[in-house]
Amino acid sequence: MSILVYAEHDNESLKTETNKLVHAASAAGGDITVLVVGKNCGLVAQAAAKITGVSKVLVADNVAYAHQLAENVADLVVELAASYTHVFAAATTTGKNFMPRVAALLDVAQISDIIKVESADTFVRPIYAGNAIATVQSSDSVKIVTVRAASFDAAANDGSASVENVDIVKVSEKSSFVSAELTVSERPELSAADVIISGGRGMQNGENFSLLHGIADKLGAAIGASRAAVDAGFVSNDMQVGQTGKIVAPNLYIAVGLSGAIQHLAGMKDSKVIVAINKDEEAPIFQVADYGLVGDLFDLLPQLEAAL
Amino acid sequence: MKILVPIKRAIDYNVKVRVKSDNSDVDLNNVKMAINPFCEIAVEEAIRLKEKGIATEIIVVSIGPKAVQEQIRTGLALGADRAVHIETDAALDSLQIAKLLKTVVDKELPDLVILGKQAIDSDNNQTGQMLAALTGMPQGTFASEVLVADGKVNVTREIDGGLQTVSLTLPAVVTTDLRLNEPRYASLPNIMKAKRKPIDVISAADLGVNLSSNIKLLKVMAPEQRKGGVKVADVAELVAKLKNEAKVIS
Repeated sequence: MSILVYAEHDNESLKTETNKLVHAASAAGGDITVLVVGKNCGLVAQAAAKITGVSKVLVADNVAYAHQLAENVADLVVELAASYTHVFAAATTTGKNFMPRVAALLDVAQISDIIKVESADTFVRPIYAGNAIATVQSSDSVKIVTVRAASFDAAANDGSASVENVDIVKVSEKSSFVSAELTVSERPELSAADVIISGGRGMQNGENFSLLHGIADKLGAAIGASRAAVDAGFVSNDMQVGQTGKIVAPNLYIAVGLSGAIQHLAGMKDSKVIVAINKDEEAPIFQVADYGLVGDLFDLLPQLEAAL
Repeated sequence: MKILVPIKRAIDYNVKVRVKSDNSDVDLNNVKMAINPFCEIAVEEAIRLKEKGIATEIIVVSIGPKAVQEQIRTGLALGADRAVHIETDAALDSLQIAKLLKTVVDKELPDLVILGKQAIDSDNNQTGQMLAALTGMPQGTFASEVLVADGKVNVTREIDGGLQTVSLTLPAVVTTDLRLNEPRYASLPNIMKAKRKPIDVISAADLGVNLSSNIKLLKVMAPEQRKGGVKVADVAELVAKLKNEAKVIS
């Protein structure tokens, strides 16, 4: 048993998803190797070497991997996969992008978005927006698995694995990077935040999201949104929490002006404490909220900011 | 330019699925079914490319029992020119679906394949990427903008930190995210016209694809229900509870 864990990073820093992946991999058992694919990602590799339970870090540092294009990354991982029984990657937009290519090229299934490792071949994953929880068993020779990082604890950082370079370079002539427009924010990322405050359609427009900013700053929170708020054009899609957006499980989730559609609940119902602020006391969000406050968010949000 | 749009019949977006009492699977008896929402966005994008004069022909393809022809007819009513139905009663995984779709790609030689990024039943998010890998095509997943010009397609992708644009050589695979477009409704005359559009029905068994899967569904459980908590009277009580009871803020 040997597991290849694909590191989540942005060439500059290692993301905590990687620690969570290692934790998930250790539940499957076996030797754990972390693969860092990028360009000028040496610091990331050093950080990965410190994760507890990792025996080796492989680094593929090449301009071909600067943007982790699926075509190039998949061909690299396929070549490395022969030495492993499992490949784990985070169910982020990076992992979701290249992993199915790896599975198809290896002629095996992919098991997506697992929330629990039952054993080396058996995994638990939500289906139907989390309205059903499936347990699946794979008899494939290599298990290609994406992991919902929010469902796992993070492995600690007191290890000291060896770091090795990988010289395999895969370049597809058919796909090239053009540009990226990344959201710049001083606030924590949704997937890593301990506290999240999210707005829904009840926010009425994008400008009103500024009512959440002061509260977020006081709580050190990330700001999220429902699909309805994204669809209505209030905020950008990278803020979407839900079945088709980000899946989160912070210590505190504050849902504001958000009805609680099943697709949204799918993305946040594993939060430790949920607070709902909504003027409609029948809104489904109150059925999952630990603390519900019925009232007009335009009155309550300034009060909340002042009270913190 | 020819566009192939694979579509999936899935549970209607508004229906909350129930788990069977024997925990063998979910219960889809007498449940309202529809085109998977992301597939509908894919059909819409193909139609818009045709309306712009970029695409000349749109073919929808769906895999499943005879009932999927309902969704195929919807795709035709929305504006697809013709359809392929790969008939099978087997429950297939994404890999088998991608292999079956590859046979259609090999025959039809589309310049662009547009699919939904994920189906809202299995929530796998795999088929488009697998099809791209099997056919050697480049991929633009989670698209929020698709621009076709000079034998290439530029796809703007919704990624975790924002947006990324990639340039792909045609033929290519694109999977749709929710902001790509807002699908239209089929008009009554178009629904009538769709009834006369051709559907080519092929048996999955005749396509030489191994339809067996190495994934076994052991059980399906209902999720643990989260209990609703208490209503608080005002902001002061809320903050006090969060500090002293839940201890999640200091």
